[in-house]
Amino acid sequence: MADFTSNYWTWYISAGVLGGIIFCFWLVLWQSKDRPEEGEAKPTGHVWDENLEELNNPLPKWWLNMFYITLVFGIVYLILYPGLGTWAGVLKWSSKDGPNSQYAREIARADEQFGAIYAEYMKQDIPTLSQNPEAMKTATRLFINYCSVCHGSDAAGQPGGFPNLRDTDWLYGGKPAQIEQTILDGRQGVMPAWGQVLGKDGLFNVTEYVLSLSGRSNNINAAAEGKVKFQQLCSSCHGADGKGNQAIGAPNLTDDIWLHGRSQKSVMATIEKGRQGRMPDHRTFLGEDKVHLLAAYVYGLSQGR
Amino acid sequence: MATQDTYNYSVVRQFSVMTIIWGVVGMLVGVLIAAQMAWPVLNFDTPWLTFSRLRPLHTNAVIFAFGGSALFATSYYVVQRTCHTRLFAPGLAAFTFWGWQLVIVLAAISLPLGYTTSKEYAELEWPIDILITLVWVSYAVVFFGTIFKRKVQHIYVANWFFGAFIITVAILHLGNSAALPVSFTKSYSVYSGAQDAMVQWWYGHNAVGFFLTAGFLGMMYYFIPKQAERPVYSYRLSVVHFWALVFTYIWAGPHHLHYTALPDWTQSVGMVFSLILLAPSWGGMINGIMTLSGAWQKLRSDPILRFLIVSVSFYGMSTFEGPMMSIKTVNALSHYTDWTIGHVHSGALGWVALVSMGSMYYLIPRLFNREIYSVKLIEVHFWVATIGIILYITSMWVSGVMQGLMWRAVNPDGTLTYSFVESVQAMHPFYIVRWLGGTFFLLGMLIMAYNVFKTIKGATPAEAAIPAPAH
Repeated sequence: MADFTSNYWTWYISAGVLGGIIFCFWLVLWQSKDRPEEGEAKPTGHVWDENLEELNNPLPKWWLNMFYITLVFGIVYLILYPGLGTWAGVLKWSSKDGPNSQYAREIARADEQFGAIYAEYMKQDIPTLSQNPEAMKTATRLFINYCSVCHGSDAAGQPGGFPNLRDTDWLYGGKPAQIEQTILDGRQGVMPAWGQVLGKDGLFNVTEYVLSLSGRSNNINAAAEGKVKFQQLCSSCHGADGKGNQAIGAPNLTDDIWLHGRSQKSVMATIEKGRQGRMPDHRTFLGEDKVHLLAAYVYGLSQGR
Repeated sequence: MATQDTYNYSVVRQFSVMTIIWGVVGMLVGVLIAAQMAWPVLNFDTPWLTFSRLRPLHTNAVIFAFGGSALFATSYYVVQRTCHTRLFAPGLAAFTFWGWQLVIVLAAISLPLGYTTSKEYAELEWPIDILITLVWVSYAVVFFGTIFKRKVQHIYVANWFFGAFIITVAILHLGNSAALPVSFTKSYSVYSGAQDAMVQWWYGHNAVGFFLTAGFLGMMYYFIPKQAERPVYSYRLSVVHFWALVFTYIWAGPHHLHYTALPDWTQSVGMVFSLILLAPSWGGMINGIMTLSGAWQKLRSDPILRFLIVSVSFYGMSTFEGPMMSIKTVNALSHYTDWTIGHVHSGALGWVALVSMGSMYYLIPRLFNREIYSVKLIEVHFWVATIGIILYITSMWVSGVMQGLMWRAVNPDGTLTYSFVESVQAMHPFYIVRWLGGTFFLLGMLIMAYNVFKTIKGATPAEAAIPAPAH
């Protein structure tokens, strides 16, 4: 309990909580003694603002009992469950700490119930699995829940750096093992910012050259000048021919598929300011079995299934 | 001096009129954002019109502008009349009015522009927080100053609740808003992580407990016995439920953070005290409703009394629902769903708004020396508002429970049955019903505004002589 500066906190928490409950008991007991007969309530004799008065009816019995029940429940609950400082409770219940926590138990129960299904799929290789209709039904559900927020429920990606998974253009490779690797450990894509280095004209020229790689330049001269800079600065990642490098996730620039927008403006912004791309890792979160199944699903998409 | 013999009604009048105006504004924004939930196109792709910026504007407008103005108006009225003395420090009282209106206007500008601390119900940035503090301290001086110079020995029960509300809201505001400014428009909370979350919900839940409950119980304790012309049911019940309520509420905040990074022991303590809170809350309900015993027939003929008594019934209902939702097992289903929104609005519309409206219908004719323009319209307002509340809370209950069940449904292969977006799709019809409910409620507020406008148009401000205290 590092948030507290001394170990004394457990005592003042317990004192405050128990003291509070005892205070409520005392309050109710104090005011429920000396019960006048029902129906004979008398005014207290105080009068405000000409006609505001108060009767002094006794506390209703059903209400008193309800109050007592909640107070007794509170004490019993705090004996059974953590609440009084460091007291762990008779039941030793915990939400998330240790192997007996509610979280750990629910995960273990789910593994016991469903684990065998995924273990069976793990035995099949990805191309085979991607043709197993039952497995792909489950995989679709996993994809919809865990992947669709970025890649879209149809896996066609979305603007802003979320790749389309239905085509055969791959940033990090489309072989089964490569896809599985991408989902298991994630990927970190970095396009550096070149605005300072290139200057205004250089930036324009390189943009034109990059557009020319997919036949879209409007300015042949600028593109020709940009080619020189490209060979100096960009080719180490994107290759001399601009076809990219899957080992480091450098995109192919010749296929007119754009991760961060197709327009001249977007391409120029990418070169000027750079881009950061992040595919999160799922090894711990989903486990290897489910990742295997998802890899088969994504592989199947690229095979046109 | 003549002024020594009359009550200070002018600040009460100002706050009363602003209660009506801010009610219309706050509920209008509420209806707009409810429509945005059902038809996202209504965000108009305009940053300052998006749900995320208008939602805090809605909550601030209805809680602090509408509810706050109603609390200022009624507490200033009640404390004078039950102390048999003119309001202490009239200059400061006037400052609380103009200062509070300035806070509201600054909120209405800064929130749509996107300035926010991101603390729910405490979104306003630090310069506005300082202004709130100044207004609030002045409020306390005026209120307690009036108590100190009272002409009767006993302090009336309504003033206990107003007093507790004023003191506790000051502490909550100072505690939760503590922040390090980095510029005129940006600050960072001095707390971090789970502690920040805990401080936020200590504040957040007690904003409900003291701003939206204790203050409005003060209203109940004056306007129900006055309108019913009956004595308060039980003095000893007042004593017990007051002390139990103000003590217990302070502990209940952790139930907003069940199954989070908050330590287990804190969650347990929060849940236990939330359950204990049921009886103190119902003590208030019993005292309010039973005050009517022997005069039940008045409910048939008096729409103002109906506003007040139905509000207390909604209070009882939502203070039963609250402890139930704080039980961890129930919370596991209800948390993060529309059920919470339904619960809040059964309190906000059913309790806070109805009791304020009933009190204003009592108050405004007396402040302007006029009969209300139309009793029939009060009647219509009551039914339109009640239908609105019922549409709102039932649609959110159904939607919330459905969401909770959809999120936890599991297929035979262990995968989730529904994706999140499927639950969003399923909520759509209920969002339309909720919007309809809100529209009804706003319509009622507009009827009230019309009725009040016709009542006070051309009226001269009332002066009321201070009667000698009864002995």
